[in-house]
Amino acid sequence: MVDFNRFTLANGLKVLVHEDPTTPMAVLNILYDVGARDEEEGRTGFAHLFEHLMFGGSVNVPNYDEPLQRVGGENNAFTSNDITNYYITLPAENIETAFWLESDRMLSLAFSEKSLDTQRNVVMEEFKQRYLNQPYGDVWLKLRPLAYETHPYRWATIGQDLAQIETAKMEDVKAFFKKHYTPQNAILVVGGNVKTEDVKALAEKWFEPIPAGDKYNRNLPKEQPQNEARTLTVNASVPLNAIYVVFKMPPRLDKTYQVYDLLSDILSQGHSSRLYNSLLKEQQLFSDINAYMSSSLDEGLFIVEGKLIAGVEMEVAEKAIWAELEKIASHLVTDDELTKVKNKSESIMVFSEMSLLDKAMNLAYYELLGDAQLLNVEIDKYLVITAEQIQEAAKTTFKKEKSSTLYYLANA
Amino acid sequence: MLNRTIAPDFIQVNEINFIKPKAQQLDNGIKVFTVNAGQQELVRIEFIFQNVNYDQNKPLQAVSVNSLINNGTKKLSAKQIAEQVDYYGAYLQTDYGADHTAITLHSLNKHLVSVLPIIWSILNESIFPQQELDIFIQNQKQKLKVNLQKNDFLARKTFANTIFGETAYGSDISMSHYDDLKRDDLLAYFKAAFKPENCTIIAAGKFETKEFDLLNQFFGKSWENHNASVANEFNHLPIAGSDVYIEKADAVQSAIRMGNLTINRKHEDFAKLQIVNTLLGGYFGSRLMANIREDKGYTYGIGSGIASLRHAGYFFIATEVGTEVCVSALEEIEKEINILKTELVAEEELGLVRNYMLGSMLGSLENAFSHADKFKNIYFSDLDYDYYTKYIHTVKTITPEEIIATANQYLDWNAMTKVVVGKK
Repeated sequence: MVDFNRFTLANGLKVLVHEDPTTPMAVLNILYDVGARDEEEGRTGFAHLFEHLMFGGSVNVPNYDEPLQRVGGENNAFTSNDITNYYITLPAENIETAFWLESDRMLSLAFSEKSLDTQRNVVMEEFKQRYLNQPYGDVWLKLRPLAYETHPYRWATIGQDLAQIETAKMEDVKAFFKKHYTPQNAILVVGGNVKTEDVKALAEKWFEPIPAGDKYNRNLPKEQPQNEARTLTVNASVPLNAIYVVFKMPPRLDKTYQVYDLLSDILSQGHSSRLYNSLLKEQQLFSDINAYMSSSLDEGLFIVEGKLIAGVEMEVAEKAIWAELEKIASHLVTDDELTKVKNKSESIMVFSEMSLLDKAMNLAYYELLGDAQLLNVEIDKYLVITAEQIQEAAKTTFKKEKSSTLYYLANA
Repeated sequence: MLNRTIAPDFIQVNEINFIKPKAQQLDNGIKVFTVNAGQQELVRIEFIFQNVNYDQNKPLQAVSVNSLINNGTKKLSAKQIAEQVDYYGAYLQTDYGADHTAITLHSLNKHLVSVLPIIWSILNESIFPQQELDIFIQNQKQKLKVNLQKNDFLARKTFANTIFGETAYGSDISMSHYDDLKRDDLLAYFKAAFKPENCTIIAAGKFETKEFDLLNQFFGKSWENHNASVANEFNHLPIAGSDVYIEKADAVQSAIRMGNLTINRKHEDFAKLQIVNTLLGGYFGSRLMANIREDKGYTYGIGSGIASLRHAGYFFIATEVGTEVCVSALEEIEKEINILKTELVAEEELGLVRNYMLGSMLGSLENAFSHADKFKNIYFSDLDYDYYTKYIHTVKTITPEEIIATANQYLDWNAMTKVVVGKK
């Protein structure tokens, strides 16, 4: 159970407070409701590049990191296709420094050319390090445009290519900030050794004077239903053949989302899972095999991926994956399997309460989903799921005409 | 009117409280250290064994035993073990480190009684089925093939092998080492290492009398294995620095890993060296990050660190940089080391690093698990909590002169092994 108090400032900023007196630390987490899905084609990678620029100084504070480190704090951030999330941990006594820094960069950035130049280079090196200079690193750059035709999920958060980052201009940066970095587009969570009334006073002092800005109304291109099997074959200098089969699945807020989560657990969570035992241990077709979800706010992906044992034919490996998917679509999972994945989900929930930062991030994310209180009832949604619902989800989803398959082949 | 240009007041972290574990023994003499804290009804129990009997001709013996220990016992198949552990929502991890092997259980308290017998069977009755070993070998070789294509992996492996040679800290694992794995060798290692005489248990979470009694009930009785073992030995001598270059014609980035053997946590200068390391590359605002990432944009990240092993320590700098700036990056690294050795650190920067390190220490004590981790750091280095008292004192009081002296004593460009994988 993660308790919290909640209030909204006059400018629309939502604030949640989680009091945890057992720690001497505090966390300030701020989630901006903007991700790579809000980018335009041709200017992709921008939400993430922008995240880097948020550390390049703000209108009244030339350096973001230095004053924070000076009070014993640390920070980081991440960008996904859906959200951009920033977080600070620091000794609770110094919490006001976090308010000062975080509110100033919501007010306005310094927009320095030097910072833009440097971060363009840094992000291009990140692009190389994570996507180009790694075996299989570019898989998602290929898979996304295969699975999505119109929705902006068809590009990765890093962007479609290096050139779009290289040509990012200051005017684009300013426009992006104005459009997305407003109080009403953000959720602030403060947790740890703090009191709600103090947080309220600090929020009113530092954040409330920030102008509300214009409300951003999201209107993304809709993906048309997929009715044909799609395939793509890529040859690369990697040592092993690999296969990626992806299916569309309902968005995060759909009432069947948790059913899909358990479906992926039964298929692939841990060494008792079906794919691991059947495909890796018994048939020995794969040295790695996994099933998981993209957990996206809009229509998402259910992914099955594996690396083939040397000498195994792709066709044989692919058939074996489909045999497992068809099995779970045509037969009910056992009671033990279902209890197992429910127990595991319960454990995950309890263990996630060990970390103050995880609690703060979760509160922000569930508030974005509509209500932070959903976090505390999430497990109940898992506990009532039936074997029939899992079969139904598998049946609706695992269809050839709904699949996109990437064959990633080792150069001979 | 709010003046946003003025930083709010702050204070330096003054009090850092460590939760010291309670020391107990099971009926058979196994030492148990318990950090009983936290609200959640969960526990983490680590069964820690020292690595022993290192044979450089069989460098994978200990690590393979660790990987396969949950893959079949006299009573349970690999699948049954996984199913039962998962059924109770528990997590079983097997971790192999340079000095120790840890079998770690995370469990909700209510399921502990069901899960502990499985762990007992694993630690006492593992049989290492040939079939499981064959699958392990096949899959590990495939993983190694993929890893060998990663420049950072290759740089790390080459670096360790160069400074540590064919020891447990540096052995250069190749495909043939996997082919040579024999079931009998695994069984022999298992019987020598997984015995109560070689086991320490660290428990953290809601671990009260009831949980201790359960632990004693299952693990305080006699164990199966008691074969003799010999402690691993290390006689590392510092080597002269060298350049090791592995060219990858199609690389778009080069992985750099450089450094040398150095003191470990037991040495009285260790805290000072940690402060020097933090200034150089130990945090986001470090000099290497400020110069090579934030000023030049050569890399996504660069950092330095000191690893404290039981019988050695080493200092390292690691980064991945664009191939066209690889040589410049190396020059800048050398430049930053020289500045640290010749110019007094300004109090402004040193004050920041002091506060950052104290805040970071405070923040690393988040829950029962992290308090237990802090205990492990000192316990397995034969130190006590004075170590942390001295560390905090050193962070608060070190002078710029001492920093120059420490940098000169321990950072020597010519003594560093410099591995570059990629292009330069």
